[in-house]
Amino acid sequence: MSRKIVIDPVTRIEGHLKIEAVVDNGEVKEARCTGNMFRGIELMMRGRDPRDATVISQRICGVCPQDHGNASALCLDSAFGVDDRIPDNARLMRNLIHGAHMVQDHILHFYHLAALDYVDIKDVAKYQGPDGQLNSIKDFISRGELAPFMPRYEGDYRLPPEINQQAVAHYVQALEIRRIGHEMVSIFSAQAPHSAGVIAGGVTNAPTVDKITSFLWKLRTLREFIDGTYIPDVLAVAGAYADYTEIGAGCKNYLSYGGFDLDGKERDLAKRKRLYRQGTTSASLKWQALDAGRITEDVRHSWYEDSTSGRHPYEGDTVPRTGKQGAYSWTKAPRYDGQVYEVGPLARVAVTYASGDGAVKSLVDWALGELKAPASALFSTCGRHLARALCAKFVADNMESWLMALKPGEPHYVTYEMPEEAKGFGILEAARGALGHWIEIKDHKTANFQAVVPTTWNVSPRDDRGNPGPIEQALIGTRVKDEKNPFELVRIARSFDPCMACSVHVITPKGRDLGRFQVL
Amino acid sequence: MTQNVKEIPVIWLAASACTGCSVSLLNAASPRVKNLLVDQVIPGAHVNLTFHQTIMAGSGEVAITALEKSAKEHRGKYLLAVDGAIPTGDMASCCAMGEEGGKAVTMEERFTDLARNALAVMAVGTCASFGGVAATAPNPSNAQPLDKIMKAKKIDRPLINVPGCPPHPDWIMGTISHIILNGLPGPEDLDTNLRPLAFYGKLIHENCPRRAYFDEGRFAKQFGDEGCLYELGCKGPITYADCPIRHWNNGTSWKIDSGAPCQGCTQPEFFTVPCYQKLLDVELPKIGAYWLEEREV
Repeated sequence: MSRKIVIDPVTRIEGHLKIEAVVDNGEVKEARCTGNMFRGIELMMRGRDPRDATVISQRICGVCPQDHGNASALCLDSAFGVDDRIPDNARLMRNLIHGAHMVQDHILHFYHLAALDYVDIKDVAKYQGPDGQLNSIKDFISRGELAPFMPRYEGDYRLPPEINQQAVAHYVQALEIRRIGHEMVSIFSAQAPHSAGVIAGGVTNAPTVDKITSFLWKLRTLREFIDGTYIPDVLAVAGAYADYTEIGAGCKNYLSYGGFDLDGKERDLAKRKRLYRQGTTSASLKWQALDAGRITEDVRHSWYEDSTSGRHPYEGDTVPRTGKQGAYSWTKAPRYDGQVYEVGPLARVAVTYASGDGAVKSLVDWALGELKAPASALFSTCGRHLARALCAKFVADNMESWLMALKPGEPHYVTYEMPEEAKGFGILEAARGALGHWIEIKDHKTANFQAVVPTTWNVSPRDDRGNPGPIEQALIGTRVKDEKNPFELVRIARSFDPCMACSVHVITPKGRDLGRFQVL
Repeated sequence: MTQNVKEIPVIWLAASACTGCSVSLLNAASPRVKNLLVDQVIPGAHVNLTFHQTIMAGSGEVAITALEKSAKEHRGKYLLAVDGAIPTGDMASCCAMGEEGGKAVTMEERFTDLARNALAVMAVGTCASFGGVAATAPNPSNAQPLDKIMKAKKIDRPLINVPGCPPHPDWIMGTISHIILNGLPGPEDLDTNLRPLAFYGKLIHENCPRRAYFDEGRFAKQFGDEGCLYELGCKGPITYADCPIRHWNNGTSWKIDSGAPCQGCTQPEFFTVPCYQKLLDVELPKIGAYWLEEREV
């Protein structure tokens, strides 16, 4: 018998997400992701001074604002015609600001958003030892008011008590570490979240030796944590939950825009030399070059005007239609070459690996060796967590050379003349994957602005041809052991690190609701 | 240790928000967010955060049941914190959370029910306080700040605004600590925009380290120049906040120290004016030799 599981809200993500899944004989037959929030930030850009984009676009998301700030800056650089003249200091500082933000974001996701799906905090009640943090949590548990850590799904917690205790200690430590990551953003970019240093034409302030050294030692602290704690913890979870290296793969098409500019002269961002490579690949790991012209957004199943469907972002429009027949999400459905693509750490690791990058290849091969798992384990729920941890390491390890290449006293900003009419776009790898901003300027003002964000790719609803989005595909075929505690669904959804309010619905294979099932 | 700990129930709703307010709270240095949620943040008092969808363990019905249970058990006693403005009327479905009888429950409905029975309501961030980004023209989701919704629905619970995009973690922590130590702030503690004077009592311009440049008429013309950032769009002259003294991210820096103009993010005017254009029609005290020649600003 089919049952429909509705998870609304999916918590411990950014924003409002609902998941519906139709489960038949314990297996997910159909799944729907619903984005439950619409603000229309793209519409707010119209008629404004184009330079406002780096400020306003950050407010799309307070968890990954820096990704938007940097994408908008690239977008404006190209529209203003200075994309090949950004001073090296500015390019490097943008990389460092973005890198610091991204690394703390990955740590935040694993420990503070995902870990409670795998780690049982209640084992701290059994702790016998001198650790002050753990004893304070033990005291908290003994007082009996356990929110926000309880209630929760019950059952499938597999780590032994001492590992759970250690993981909880790391949860607390990771709060400090990610805070230091934001302090690094603040050094070069005023504050975090919603920093102010990255602007069209460069950055607002010069690198100085005191800032460089302060940044360096905070970076070293992060690197120690990534190598000594974060990666070992991810490997421990992936080892104890080995079945999650086999489920939740989904569409197995991967898209990366590339990220962290290693060169500032190439104007074509699809070709610019970047730390993460641009391109697409699949589980076969055959690399193909990126063509940003192949990106379109469908809206047949989204609450937007149908006439805007299938357009490239330059021609894109955002016309809300609440209650539209057949629609079930505020999220649009971006597609590449008409196909469903996953984006995120796994995608950029896979694309960079497939492109032949030696450093990423040896990192991935090492991690799979530690896990004693085949390459296919990467394309899975735990594989996404592992890829994210390796991304944190890859970026943090590279940041030191960018930092030491800064030249105090040399330019960090280039002037430009605001064009009367222009187009521009900026694409990069955000923490959660491929992020693009497109702008059209008329009469010195923003005439159109479109952002195609990573989570839109991943939580996208069905496209105009009826193909489900990446998370929907990752859920379909999953066996749910205990429908009252559908760990599998939230673990799979969270492995994508969705950045929005969405919910998961389980519906019947033919769309018929065969009796509603309350998820308790 | 475990005796006589007063539990302070807090329900936190995320409306049309970006979660930046919550992320900013995570950056609190002393007390830290762990001290707030796990320890007795003030000896003898523990903040019992019964609902916060970005932090809490439970999902779906588990989470919604926790919310409803807490609202019932702590009726009249919980502090309701909200980040984000709230889409209203025909556009209310632009922000929804959870379902009832198979129908999505809008944030407008959730907020109205919860606010009516709260001890007090705390608007966290500029969207909840004044509309902010969510309500920026053309306000496609008809998003409204809490104040307007409470007036329209005749909800007379006390409201405290803690604006900022995001607010500094100390402003959130400090407001909560004030409520625990001294009870709800009275009219003497708040300005006309219902902001705690302790944090929003003075203009950025009054405490700005580049103020001397303004008085001398030395203005930065480009990013990176020495000088006052007024002509690059600084909103310091109209913005009430203590950033110049407090600094951000554990005292690391803040906008003007990084050569970036203040964006006026704690103000109702946030985003109604261009970010990088000189403020127009603003009355400023013209002190110093430069201003003796009756210049216009």
